[in-house]
Amino acid sequence: MSSKTQSSSSMAQARRTVQQLRIEASIERVKVSKASSDLMRYCGEHAKNDPLLMGIPASENPFKDKKPCTVL
Amino acid sequence: MAAEKAEMDKLKKECDALRTQIEAARKAVNDGSMSASAGGVAGLGRIQLKLRKNLKGHLAKIYAMHWSADSRQMVSASQDGKLLIWDTFTGNKLVAVPLKSAWVMSVAFAPSGNLVASGGLDNICTVYNIKAASPKTLRELDAHTGYLSCCRFLSDTEILTASGDTTCCLWDLETGKQKTVFTNHIGDCMSLALSPDMNTFISGACDSLAKLWDLREGACKQTFSGHTSDINAIAFFQNGHAIITGSDDCSCKMYDLRSDQEVITYQDPSLNAGVTSVALSNSGRLIFAGYDDFNCHIWDSLKGEKIGVLSGHDNRVSCTGVPNDGMGVCTGSWDSFLKLWN
Repeated sequence: MSSKTQSSSSMAQARRTVQQLRIEASIERVKVSKASSDLMRYCGEHAKNDPLLMGIPASENPFKDKKPCTVL
Repeated sequence: MAAEKAEMDKLKKECDALRTQIEAARKAVNDGSMSASAGGVAGLGRIQLKLRKNLKGHLAKIYAMHWSADSRQMVSASQDGKLLIWDTFTGNKLVAVPLKSAWVMSVAFAPSGNLVASGGLDNICTVYNIKAASPKTLRELDAHTGYLSCCRFLSDTEILTASGDTTCCLWDLETGKQKTVFTNHIGDCMSLALSPDMNTFISGACDSLAKLWDLREGACKQTFSGHTSDINAIAFFQNGHAIITGSDDCSCKMYDLRSDQEVITYQDPSLNAGVTSVALSNSGRLIFAGYDDFNCHIWDSLKGEKIGVLSGHDNRVSCTGVPNDGMGVCTGSWDSFLKLWN
């Protein structure tokens, strides 16, 4: 690659980087305390619908191997 | 020549100024840590899950697995050159898809359950119709110039891929052509995840960065740094406002999208193995992270504490997944087995 092409491609790269950083700099940011409390609230509200947290009764467990019943 | 140098210097100065501005903006909203906020939340104690099924069938390392939207079927991919579709309730294998290339790294189930996709060192994402009498190749998506590390269907007509060529790509399955190429990473893309509302997706790469992309605009909206090595795994928190990453630096991190920063790191001095995969329980409270140390460790996502472990594999845990109904967790390993726990 000629040095002229090299310099113009690193120029293009630099312009793209600036463009990208402008996009990223322009967003609105929410306070971490609010973000954290929203996440905590989500976990709390959905805990009862989380089988891995609540536990699964054996009769409702789709992965548990069902033992055959014997009639005595 | 001098004019060019002057412009380069001007651009470099603007880059530095923008980076400083972003850091300052992040600091300005950093008014407390997640683990401090979660101080008042009750601890969970030790989480102990039992091994319910050990799925044998693959003859070599398992590299990837993905649950079907029905929470019952699951597809796994192994470098034995096969995809296997399992009925996880019975442990039976329903379909075997022979692969043209055995060097598979990723597999995905379409939400409809009609299609699966896989790809790897062949650089191609192949889509199969598994509802046909025998699995039929529908499309070979061939445009990446590097390995296929991850793929995820949006629907039966669109699929997202991540590649070692540092790009991610949205494909139209009706034409087999690329719709959008997402360029910004400077390292191999290793993992991607779709947002719950399907408007955005996140990618993790070997440049140690995670990026948020707008699917329709094709642009990178946010970049998250903090990891000190490759990010191998990435997942969305269910409310779409936070993401979890797993890295070769042996830690997982949660980044909040609205605060635009890391809010908690999951690491333990006794854990010196890279993270290969991450999955969340349905409430988001539990993080299941697969590690190179042959275990899947369980983290309390809010408190940042390690609260359990799934042990049993005889080699690296390469993939982890929780089905939509949250009824269990599946781990896949280089030991060739898949295990189901709940």
